[in-house]
Amino acid sequence: MDAKNLIACRVAQELEDGNVVNLGIGLPTLIPNYLPEGVNITLQSENGFLGLGPLVGEPLPYLVNAGGIPCGMVPGTAFFDSAMSFAIIRGGHVDLTVLGGLEVDQEGNLANWMVPGKMVPGMGGAMDLVTGAKRVIVAMEHATKTGGAKILKRCTLPLTAAAKVTAIATELAFFRFIKGQLTLTEIAPGVTLEEIRAKTEAEFVVSPDCREMQLPNCSQQ
Amino acid sequence: MSKSSKLITCEQLRSHFRDGMSIMFGGFMGVGTPPRIIKEILDSGVKNLTVIGNDTAFMHSGVGILISNNRVAKVIASHIGTNPETGRQMIAGEIEVELVPQGTLAERIRCGGAGLGGVLTPTGVGTVIEDGKTKLTFDGITYLVERPIRADMAILNAHRADHMGNLVYLRAGRNFNPIMALAADFVVAEVENLVETGSIDPDHVMTPGILVNALIAAEDK
Repeated sequence: MDAKNLIACRVAQELEDGNVVNLGIGLPTLIPNYLPEGVNITLQSENGFLGLGPLVGEPLPYLVNAGGIPCGMVPGTAFFDSAMSFAIIRGGHVDLTVLGGLEVDQEGNLANWMVPGKMVPGMGGAMDLVTGAKRVIVAMEHATKTGGAKILKRCTLPLTAAAKVTAIATELAFFRFIKGQLTLTEIAPGVTLEEIRAKTEAEFVVSPDCREMQLPNCSQQ
Repeated sequence: MSKSSKLITCEQLRSHFRDGMSIMFGGFMGVGTPPRIIKEILDSGVKNLTVIGNDTAFMHSGVGILISNNRVAKVIASHIGTNPETGRQMIAGEIEVELVPQGTLAERIRCGGAGLGGVLTPTGVGTVIEDGKTKLTFDGITYLVERPIRADMAILNAHRADHMGNLVYLRAGRNFNPIMALAADFVVAEVENLVETGSIDPDHVMTPGILVNALIAAEDK
């Protein structure tokens, strides 16, 4: 299993039956593949609906996800306009959002929308999602392609939102913010605490209950 | 009824275009953006436009076509990443880009059409988005004051309309269209299915016809 699928599998364990969830593009879209049995969620799509599902059959007119890609819809889907969509997001009606990250820091700050001078795609709905969702999980590979730390003492890139992250899932570790403190709660199979320390710039505490990461549904893919 | 139909020809629509005007466009990654009206704007030769909408779609779809053909002086949007030409022109200093969080963009447009002087949102607090903006704190939560946006023209894309301009959108094609219908001096909707007045169930009308100045018939697909 590659890093992305491992992370998606771990994050899927965080979803509770009945949750309304918004998934960012890329890695987070793998999460529904790993939902535990008996957990049914409703996916919110910021372009204006609740009930996002996988594409089944031919693409239908005007039925696209927030990446503009043809998708499906489940029974009970509701469509609405962008003001309603973001009232749902900002108003705390989304239980959980999972997004990728360029940098996260020990204060719970997230940077994931631009690299000055290099990449300025815009924030899209990310600032509202991170601000308004009840829980914010950053799902990302632990280090950059060149091995640099992404979990930092202080983000260097422009922030998406300040002090809103509730958990970080990587292929090496799972962290939660507990009473405002970045706390290591799980270590992936075959990974050592020393390796995590070497690849993490942020200061963190190790939970007294820290255990090996459980990936019960990961073999199904 | 003062007029039997709001349907106009593309030639009549062209008389409303002028250099330097601001145009709001419905759509999300081009889905819900009126293709025929975009083509008419392009063919009319108008330039130095300010375009306001969620994103700049792709180089050859939606409002992206106007950017690729150098008709745009300023973009107000939440995301430009899917159209590399927008980023190139921005870095080259050929166009100005104002990036606005998607939910904030929706609310600023809603304010512009709803007679409100602005909206208080927590989105963007602690990020570069707060630069130069008034901050207010109520009950311990800090908000940014975000000001309304209006435009000279709004271009909408509807799935069905009657001759009075009552509009129905399809699936995720709704997005920004209904809120923009209130926020421009002249509102034109491109319609796929024009039906007799009275044949849309009043409970199904998504944009009341009084908000729509003119209708353009979509080209057959």
